[in-house]
Amino acid sequence: MSMTEVHRQASVGPKQHRFEPYAFNGGNILAVAGGDFAVVASDTRLSQGFMIHTRDHPKAVQLTANTVLAQSGFEGDSLTLKKHVQMRIGMYEHNHGKTPSTSAIAAMISKMLYYKRFFPYYVYNIVAGLDNEGKGCVYSYDPVGSYEREQYRAAGAANELLQPLLDNQIGFKNMSEAGPPLSKERAIQLCIDCFISAAERDITTGDCVLIQVIDKDGVETKKFPLRRD
Amino acid sequence: MALADICKLNFSSKSSLTTLPSNEEVFNAEAQDCFSIPTAPQAASYLSHLSKPDSDVHIKFNHGTTTLAFKFQHGVVVATDSRATAGDYIASQTVKKVIEINPYLLGTMAGGAADCSFWERVLAKQCRVYELRNKERISVAAASKVLANMVYNYKGMGLSMGTMICGWDKRGPGLYYVDSDGQRLNGSMFAVGSGATYAYGVMDAGYSNDMCVEDALALGKRAIYHATHRDAYSGGFVNLYHMKESGWEHISWTDVKDLHYAYKNEKK
Repeated sequence: MSMTEVHRQASVGPKQHRFEPYAFNGGNILAVAGGDFAVVASDTRLSQGFMIHTRDHPKAVQLTANTVLAQSGFEGDSLTLKKHVQMRIGMYEHNHGKTPSTSAIAAMISKMLYYKRFFPYYVYNIVAGLDNEGKGCVYSYDPVGSYEREQYRAAGAANELLQPLLDNQIGFKNMSEAGPPLSKERAIQLCIDCFISAAERDITTGDCVLIQVIDKDGVETKKFPLRRD
Repeated sequence: MALADICKLNFSSKSSLTTLPSNEEVFNAEAQDCFSIPTAPQAASYLSHLSKPDSDVHIKFNHGTTTLAFKFQHGVVVATDSRATAGDYIASQTVKKVIEINPYLLGTMAGGAADCSFWERVLAKQCRVYELRNKERISVAAASKVLANMVYNYKGMGLSMGTMICGWDKRGPGLYYVDSDGQRLNGSMFAVGSGATYAYGVMDAGYSNDMCVEDALALGKRAIYHATHRDAYSGGFVNLYHMKESGWEHISWTDVKDLHYAYKNEKK
């Protein structure tokens, strides 16, 4: 920023100060669905403005044996939404005697987000896991509950950097020949590469990437280091 | 006040600023079918500054565009694009903007994606309850009225929904336009969304009530294609449905890229 730009910002006029219910805590999340697996990647940096609060705060949580919820946005709302979702899953298990399927959890989260339509949860959610047939699935949301099942989705501060990369490498968009179907190893490597690139160009991404692989044997967690600057 | 009653807030006794909703109240709000709103004066406009692009925290919702529907002698043709935008970012190219309310009623999505999907799902529930209570299917006029009345309660609170309710009932093919401003119109041709004007141009040029089914479907597809070509906020795939006496039928889901080359080759 040049000196003239800084001065212009300072003299833009009186700004009303009010209670600001939201903050932006940065970070990215990414999920990819394969034939019989799903991969969720999230970085572990929690920041606010130019300050890093902590380098070890994962953004993804395992909800059931086949479902993981990843969240990015305002950490206060993420925490509350996560707690509510976990409570509702507990209630479902008590009422129905079984764990809810990924699609049931996905539909429930959409409703929970919409009920705060007039005071939204400032969270970008992604639910990933195995569907009833054992195939990988990814559901992505906007802050008020509009959702869709997809094969891959990146969300968070650098989503505009990551989503086109996934469109090319996984979706083979606008390419005359599609590549081979996605293997688990390639999906994991692609997620790590995406975060390495995101950490280069987004200040709120870095420190460490947490990779969770969901398949019929459960959820496996791995950590890979990223740039800490 | 209607909104205060729905949310069970009592403004007369104590100042709403001193009582934040308890965890229990927020948790049970869903079960009682009420929305949690900010506990502040002017709740409706409390967060409006966050949707302006120059604020630090800028919450962007997915918006959907260009949808159309028209009636003709063999029913109703419904066609939509599939792009959802969050500000200038294309959030998705594969959104299903035709919502299947039940086997003989369709709703379209334009404006806020979450608003349309949620309220049309509530409409589906209300239509089913009507069927169970009255032992007959709900008419298109009644279904659209139910939706219009539901969203009217939230008029001025920022809902963004422009939908067309299409169906076939005792009176024949039915088409109503309903929006979040409270408008409800009966008509034989509507296009809704940012690409509506482009779609109207093509539809009006080729429309006639006596078209055959094939021509009508081709017209709907072409109108959406032209809207996606010129409107930046529309694109992706053309989702095409035909509403007949026996209910709706999904016709096609075509990439506009393929349509572009197909129409180009036709001209030669």
